[in-house]
Formats: sequence, structure tokens, C-alpha cells
Amino acid sequence: METMIKAENITKSYTMGKTKLDVLRGVNLTIEKGRFVAVVGASGSGKSTLLHILGALDRPNSGSVFYQKQNLAGLRWGKLNHFRNKEVGFVFQFYHLLDELTVLENVMAPAMASAGLLGWMSLKSRTRERAHQLLERFGLKERLRHKPYELSGGERQRVAIARALINQPPLLLADEPTGNLDSRTGHGILEALKGLHDEGQTIIMVTHDERIASQASRVIRLIDGKVQE
Amino acid sequence: MIKWLLAWRYFFKRPISILAVTAVALCVFIVLVVMTVMNGLVRDFKQKNHDYAGDCIIASDSLVGFGYYEELMEFLQKQPTIEAVSPVVRGVGLLSQPGRDWNMGVEVHGVDPMLHSQATNFAETLYYRRENPALAFSPMYAPQADGCILGIDLSPSYRQPDGSYAHAPQPGQYNLMLSVFPLNIKGGLQRSIDMVSTKTFSYSDDSHSGLVKVDGMVVYVPLEQAQTLCGMDIPIKRISSLHIKFQKGVSQRASVEEVRQRWNEFAAQNASRPGGDLFANVRVQSWQENRRSTIAPMEKEQTMMTMLFLMLGVITVFIVFVVLYMIISHKSKDIGILKSIGISLSDIVCMFLLFSVYIALIGVLIGSAAGWAFLYKVNDIEGWLYEHYHWQLWDRSVYAIGKIPNKVEMDVLASIVGSAMLACMIGAVVPSLQAARKRPVQSLQVNQL
Repeated sequence: METMIKAENITKSYTMGKTKLDVLRGVNLTIEKGRFVAVVGASGSGKSTLLHILGALDRPNSGSVFYQKQNLAGLRWGKLNHFRNKEVGFVFQFYHLLDELTVLENVMAPAMASAGLLGWMSLKSRTRERAHQLLERFGLKERLRHKPYELSGGERQRVAIARALINQPPLLLADEPTGNLDSRTGHGILEALKGLHDEGQTIIMVTHDERIASQASRVIRLIDGKVQE
Repeated sequence: MIKWLLAWRYFFKRPISILAVTAVALCVFIVLVVMTVMNGLVRDFKQKNHDYAGDCIIASDSLVGFGYYEELMEFLQKQPTIEAVSPVVRGVGLLSQPGRDWNMGVEVHGVDPMLHSQATNFAETLYYRRENPALAFSPMYAPQADGCILGIDLSPSYRQPDGSYAHAPQPGQYNLMLSVFPLNIKGGLQRSIDMVSTKTFSYSDDSHSGLVKVDGMVVYVPLEQAQTLCGMDIPIKRISSLHIKFQKGVSQRASVEEVRQRWNEFAAQNASRPGGDLFANVRVQSWQENRRSTIAPMEKEQTMMTMLFLMLGVITVFIVFVVLYMIISHKSKDIGILKSIGISLSDIVCMFLLFSVYIALIGVLIGSAAGWAFLYKVNDIEGWLYEHYHWQLWDRSVYAIGKIPNKVEMDVLASIVGSAMLACMIGAVVPSLQAARKRPVQSLQVNQL
């Protein structure tokens, strides 16, 4: 299978006062295109840190991340922004929606981010149509004009997934997407992710819940900063 | 695209934006009002000095004066840049009233009212003879008598609380005695005639120049009589100064320089004549140089005020900076979200710049409009306050200020608006750049400062 993303000997440590905390101690992993991978580990095991590094939201202290054979460390600002905008979609545990925008605008935000005023004129109708489709798919058709703070946790997370998918990124990264939801709502989110995977979407999901991880096609365990499959 | 949308939404959805707009508006309002009033006062004061002195002055430092002025006047009047020349005699004297037991030290100015009105705004300072300055020394109640014009604060016309002067329909019938020590050409007392020259004049008009020292000290008498009183009619007729008005549109600096050259030529040609040594005391000055000692303290005060308001401006910039810093710091999470969806650093900075421009524009508009409206009504407001509470910004019985200057100068307004805009933009760039430089994950972990 074609490799989507590959991490080689990733290390990451944080300094808290005089204490140095090694979070990742030489992580190696390869994730193929079309897989639904769950990264499992105890709280503080470095799951989220690894996901942030894979999505270029953070940098490792050493080691390299290759996305479709391209080293992310070598990307300049513009390419890095392009990578975050077009190649990956991020779903956070705490949704991270923009309160000043409506549900529809939040979903369209990544498309707007890469378009100038004039470019947006030509993109607008296509993006709006896709945002409508995504929101309809996730059962949020009636919530288009609502603000994020007017939605429930599950609805917000579905908006976040729709936002992550608006630019049709090859890779979806989800950081504890059900961590802040009750089990019924969390199940709904998981079903949505599985549905996306069934359509061929590559997904890397971080979770501490073994039951949720078991739904993935591959489980990677992170113990003491190292990968054990 | 998203930067435009978010900047606009931040502006309208964040109550703290109102605080920032208020800070900018207040700053613009205060600086506009104070700078307009202060600049207006200084401008008026300079204009009054200019009006009083003319464009250029050839003046002797000595009370003895200098001679051959008629030839000099003729010589100067041939210059195409010169419109009018007025000779003036200056002396010090004692003013008293026959039969009354009072006297006061005054400055005696001998002028030809017509010539002086052509070279300066003398006619406009008069009350009764403003339209006909040729009759300025001819009292309305006794046209044949020798008249004198009093600085308005020496005259019987009394100052009202609003700064104006109450005048009777005709000048009151007063006789005033002027005593002057006549000086000979060497600067000594002319003992050969009398120790003191004394002459009685009838009060014919008063002169309101708006300059305290002039209005409270100067008594104007006819030129020839001043020459006689001051001993400046023998052995050669002398004057203290020549006031010159240039033609409209000519360069003041070049014209003063030209007068200086003409004077040097004239002095050189006549140096060997009797009294020619007096030319050494004569200086050619522009009106600014001549009135420097009067204008300089006011300019110093203006500089101090400007410095004070510059400090106030710096404080306001800091307040705006802090408000914007707070707003942007509270938006750290949003910056993280935006970076996670691929928005560039420059777009983030640009977004907060836009946000600050909205704040600055609205603040500047409100501040300018409020400032302009306040200045437009400032004299009415002061009048109302005086009428109801007897309060004045400047006590008109003390200060020689008429109306509060309220004409907004466009260059002052432009510099205030520009500074406010710049302050807001600097206030936005620094924290947004700081926030945007962080890695997205750092920004996402910071909910607020």
C-alpha cells in the first residue's frame, strides 16, 4: 500500500521549570493511505503531541516526518500553510471553532483562509455547496446560521469534522474526538469517522479509550514515548 | 478572505472594541481641542504683533533715534517691493491729568496716523476714527485741539467681563498732560530749553491692538509733536523707527534682506553728515525679530503645551496598545485555530491590522466630529457658563483674549488623525505578530493571557 505519512525517530521533550520531560523517545511509524489508525495510550503518554507533530502544528526536537515522501521539516512558511490547509484536516477534542462565525462560516473557514477577496468570489458558491452537503450529512442542516456556542458538544464536534473535510484533505487527524462527549454522542462521532473511512479517507485518531480504538483498522500503542503495536 | 470577515466580526462582537474606540475618540477630541485653541491663541498673538509692527522695522536701539529719515523714506518707497513706510518716534513719559493727583509712566509714540495706518493696522485698532484715521488726533468734541490716542487700557473705556470694551458714542472730554524728558543728539538732557517738555492733549480716541503691553502703556501723539517733546526735532529731525509694509505676494525674507542692503547703502552714503554716527545704533529686522521678546514666551508656552500633549498622546497610545494587546491576547486560541487551518502569519497580522484600522477610523471619526462640534460651540458654551455660573476659561478682565480661537486647522487635524491611526496600527501589529509567531499548538493551549 502507498505510504501516506511516515515518522522517523521522533523525539520531543518539554522543560517544566528545571525538569525535562521526555514525551516522545524515538517514535517510528508508517501509515498507509486509506487506513483508519487509532493511537492509544495513557494520559500524558504523548499521543496528542505525536498527532500535532504529524499535522505540522508542532515541531519535533529530532527526527523527521515525511508526508508522501516530503520532509515536513524542510517546508517553508508558505508550503507549511498549504500543507495545513489542503493536505490535513484537524479535529480537536475541544472542537476549537471560531465563536464569531456561524456554523456555515466555520465550515467554510479553511477554504476562505486560502482565498483572497477576488479568488473567494469564484470559490464561494462551490465551497458553500460543499459545506451544505457536509453539514447535511452530519445532521446539521438546520444549524447553518447558528453560532458554535448555541450548539451541543456533539454538534460542535460534527461541525469541526465538516470543517476538517471542506478542502477534501487526504489525511484527517482527530485528537480525542469523542473525549469531551457522552458515550452516545461519542458513538455518533465514531460512526461518522467510520463512514468517512469507508469512503477511503485516511484517518489517524488519538484516543485513550480501548473500545473506541478497537473500531479502527489498526491500533498503535504509545507506551513511555515509544510505539508498540 | 477570512481576515476581512473576522476583523469585521471582532470589531462588532467584542464589547472591548468600544473601549478602544472610546480611548481613540477621547484622545483625538482632547488633542484636537487643545491644539486648536493653543495654536489659535499663538497664531492670533503673532498676527496682532505682525499687525502692530508691520512687515519690517528699521529701528534705533537708542532713544535718541536717527536722522535723515525723510530721505530714507523716499529712497525706500522707490523699491517695488515696498508698499508703505511709516516713521515713528518713541519716548518715555509721564501721563497726568490737570487738577488731578495722579500720574503714570507711559510710552509715547509719535505717528502720522495716515502713514502708520498704511504700514500697520493702526486704523483698525481705533474706535472712533477707524474709518477716517487722518482725523485720529482731532477730538470729536474739539476738532481744533491737539488730540492724543490712548492705549485702550489707559482710556476711560472700561473692559467688560466678556473681554469687550464699553464705549460712549463720543470720546469723553479729558485733557491729559504728557511730560517727556527731551534728549539731545548725544543722548543727554536738553538742558538748554527745559528739563522736561510738557504738553496738554485732549483725549481723541483709543487704540486696541490686543497686545497687553501696548494697550496698557502707549500714548499716541502726532509725529511732529512727539519729535518736539522728545527733543528729536533739533538739530536734525529724528525718529526712532520706520515701519515698512511690503507689497502683497513678495517674499518676506528676501524683502527684509533687500531693505537691509538698502539701509546699509543709505547709512554708508550719509555716515559723514551731522548725526551720521547715530546710524550705528540702527538695526533692520523682520517683524518676528523685532517682536521676538514678546512672542518667544508665548511660543515657549506653546512648545510646553505641545510637549505635555505629546506625553498625553504617548499615554493614550499606550492605553490603545494595552486594549488591543488584551483583545489580541484573548484571541490567542483563534490564532491557533487559524494557523491550524493554514492561514499565514501575514494574514493574521493583516487581520488584526484591519481590526485596529476599524477601531482607529471609528474613533477618529467620533473624536474629530465631537471636537469640531465642541470647538464650533465653545464660545457659546463659555458664554452660557459665564451667564449662569460666572465662570470663564480665561478671566477677560485679566487676559487680553477675545473669543476662544476655534478654527480647526486641517494640517493639525491631519497630523492628529495620522498619529491616532498609526498608534492603533502599532498597537495591533506588535501583539498580533507576537501571537502569530507562536506554533499553532502553543496558541491553542493558551485560552487567555
